[in-house]
Amino acid sequence: MSEEKLSGAELVVRSLEYMNISTIFGLPGGAILPAYDPLYDSPIRHILARHEQGSGHMAEGYAQATGELGVVIATSGPGATNLITPLTNALMDSTPLLAITGQVASEAIGNDAFQEAYTVGLTMAATKHNYLITSAEEIPQVLLEAKHIATTGRPGPVLVDIPKDILNQKVEWIEPKLIEMPGYKPTLEPNPKMISQAAELIKQSKKPILYVGGGIIHSKANQELFELATKFKIPVVTTLMGRGAFPDGNELCFEMPGMHGNYTATTSIQKSDLLIAIGVRFDDRVTANPKFFAQNAKVIHADIDPAEIGKIREPEVPIVGDAKSVITGLIEKLADTDLNTSDWLDELNQMKKEYPLSYNQEEKGPLKVPFVLEELQKLADDDAIVVSGVGQHQMWISQHWNFTSPNTWLNSGGLGTMGYSLPAAIGAKAAYPDRQILALDGDGCFQMTCQELITASTENIPIKIVVFNNGNHGMVRQWQKIFYKNRFSASELTHHTPDYVALAESMGATGLRMIEKSDVKKVFEKMLEIDDKPVLVECIVDPEDMVFPMVPAGGSNDVVILNEDDLKKL
Amino acid sequence: MSERILSVLVEDKPGVLARVASTISRRGFNINSLAVGPTNIEGRSKMTIVTELESVEQVKKQLNKLINVIKIVELDPDNTIESEVLLLKVSINKDTQTSVIEKASLSGAKSVDVGQDYAVFEMTGSSKDLDKLENLLKPFGIIEMIRGGRIAIQTKL
Ligand SMILES: Cc1ncc(C[n+]2csc(CCOP(=O)(O)OP(=O)(O)O)c2C)c(N)n1
Ligand SMILES: [Mg+2]
Repeated sequence: MSEEKLSGAELVVRSLEYMNISTIFGLPGGAILPAYDPLYDSPIRHILARHEQGSGHMAEGYAQATGELGVVIATSGPGATNLITPLTNALMDSTPLLAITGQVASEAIGNDAFQEAYTVGLTMAATKHNYLITSAEEIPQVLLEAKHIATTGRPGPVLVDIPKDILNQKVEWIEPKLIEMPGYKPTLEPNPKMISQAAELIKQSKKPILYVGGGIIHSKANQELFELATKFKIPVVTTLMGRGAFPDGNELCFEMPGMHGNYTATTSIQKSDLLIAIGVRFDDRVTANPKFFAQNAKVIHADIDPAEIGKIREPEVPIVGDAKSVITGLIEKLADTDLNTSDWLDELNQMKKEYPLSYNQEEKGPLKVPFVLEELQKLADDDAIVVSGVGQHQMWISQHWNFTSPNTWLNSGGLGTMGYSLPAAIGAKAAYPDRQILALDGDGCFQMTCQELITASTENIPIKIVVFNNGNHGMVRQWQKIFYKNRFSASELTHHTPDYVALAESMGATGLRMIEKSDVKKVFEKMLEIDDKPVLVECIVDPEDMVFPMVPAGGSNDVVILNEDDLKKL
Repeated sequence: MSERILSVLVEDKPGVLARVASTISRRGFNINSLAVGPTNIEGRSKMTIVTELESVEQVKKQLNKLINVIKIVELDPDNTIESEVLLLKVSINKDTQTSVIEKASLSGAKSVDVGQDYAVFEMTGSSKDLDKLENLLKPFGIIEMIRGGRIAIQTKL
């Protein structure tokens, strides 16, 4: 053990290096400044965001693309409060995140000192766990523990708040060691009895559905899922967070159910006699009114978080465990069971034929988002990562983009955070400089964090951004059309301000624009060609277009609104 | 609705009470009583939480997610000994003094301080017994009353 003394700040940086962190995102300020000094000499890449919210989403994008820990660093007070949105976002979507914040000096805590905020209190409900450091010796140990908590069990954000005097305190480096935490022991291995019971239900089922979500992706269980589904011919629906967990295009994949899910996915659950729910949480965007959800089905619910089981729907077979072990267990137990699902699959395929997703792109008419997306996917790399904002465009991407592998679809599912797309795309590109990273954003969302385009240019992170400019908070407008008699209160943004192309250019990116059908291919080809700086494509789209199918909030999934005419059903 | 008693073993770390309380209130659960104190194990505290929920399963699960919460046991009312402490200050005068003190001591309270115009009683017992004492002394004018929160322990091993 070395005798040299290190400052708390040096311990922070050394701990990050010790944990093999290669990239962090942040923005300095008084209380965290000591930590930025040793960072200057560290091989760790620090990406300077233009707003702490942006830095937080960058760390999330990094984590969601890689499945590894994302790290963000901020100062006290406003720096920390600006992190609350990304922390909450990461909590909702189970993203492993470590936030390190500076705090005012220990002796000033509680005195309303300059830039003091009660960060631990404010983020208590926005994190999986948080810490206030009280002496420098703790730093390596707490940071290692924080990483452990963030990345294991159900992943989530952990915050470590460090007072400035402690960053300056000189102590010896004590090698951190993971010691047992008496109150934190995630259950990974499922109870074999439950697996047997689940297998029995599957054997008896005539109309099973695998209802899977983000848990599959966190657990890296997509191959096991593929084996389970294809070996026993069980159809699969993937939630918004689970898109890519099972490949679109596979004959068993019926894609996304729920509020804006496709008719067949939503209806398959209603008609199913057995839901095999793995790594999902029966979110209200999937279930609508849970009273009417899957009324004919028995439920097997497997999740790593015991608190999710029985929260919305009491399952016949509860299974606590990691998705990968659960699925492996099921495959073993089912062994060479011959499930005959062919009638069931015929029924679903018939439905799919009858009620396909559709859109109407006229030759001379305004551009429609689904058409533009399909054109883009034809040109984009197979392993491109798509990062969405929140709103109509998000739903259209989830519906119309073909996701064939996990971690290629990043979005803010649980919290629905506008402004997520651009910074999260920067984080993903920082992780994978050689892959195409496509931020497909709405005009409203883009305006929430567009300053991060400067981060992308100055840090040399050549992402591609498509801003779907419908001149509106489109999703809000859609609800106002349906539920508020076309009274468009505060949802209009205008098509022409800002000038997105000029804005992009002013921020060091290339700006392009598409207006007509004949522009689409040309402009996208150009966008994909440019690889030395960020490119923004403004795509002017139809403000009147609405996302269908739709099940209104609190409604029943038995009543799916398929198009505008169908709205009369409401 | 019947009461449910949770006995929650926690790490004695700063903020643990805030975490537990905020987890409960965030989910809209009501607390009838909450008491915290040290245990015989170094670094461990025990919280006794009394609620009136049909099902405490969700609360238990949510509390279990807290890193500093080690173990939660729901106590079976038939095999539980419960106790609460109370301090009560009541007005007295020459005419009432004897009867107040007598009533209180018959209920099991101990007088710990008696002045010219007030008396302070201390009592330990079940919360029902404490309620009784309070009702008994109410007519004389209760000046101040504090109850320590209910604590409970399982009788069987
Ligand atoms: C931070 C935040 N504020 C408000 C909302 C409510 N909201 C949901 S979608 C939406 C409109 C999004 O507009 P835009 O980015 O243009 O997407 P579009 O629906 O037009 O595709 C709004 C305001 C939200 N989700 N997040
Ligand atoms: Mg819009």
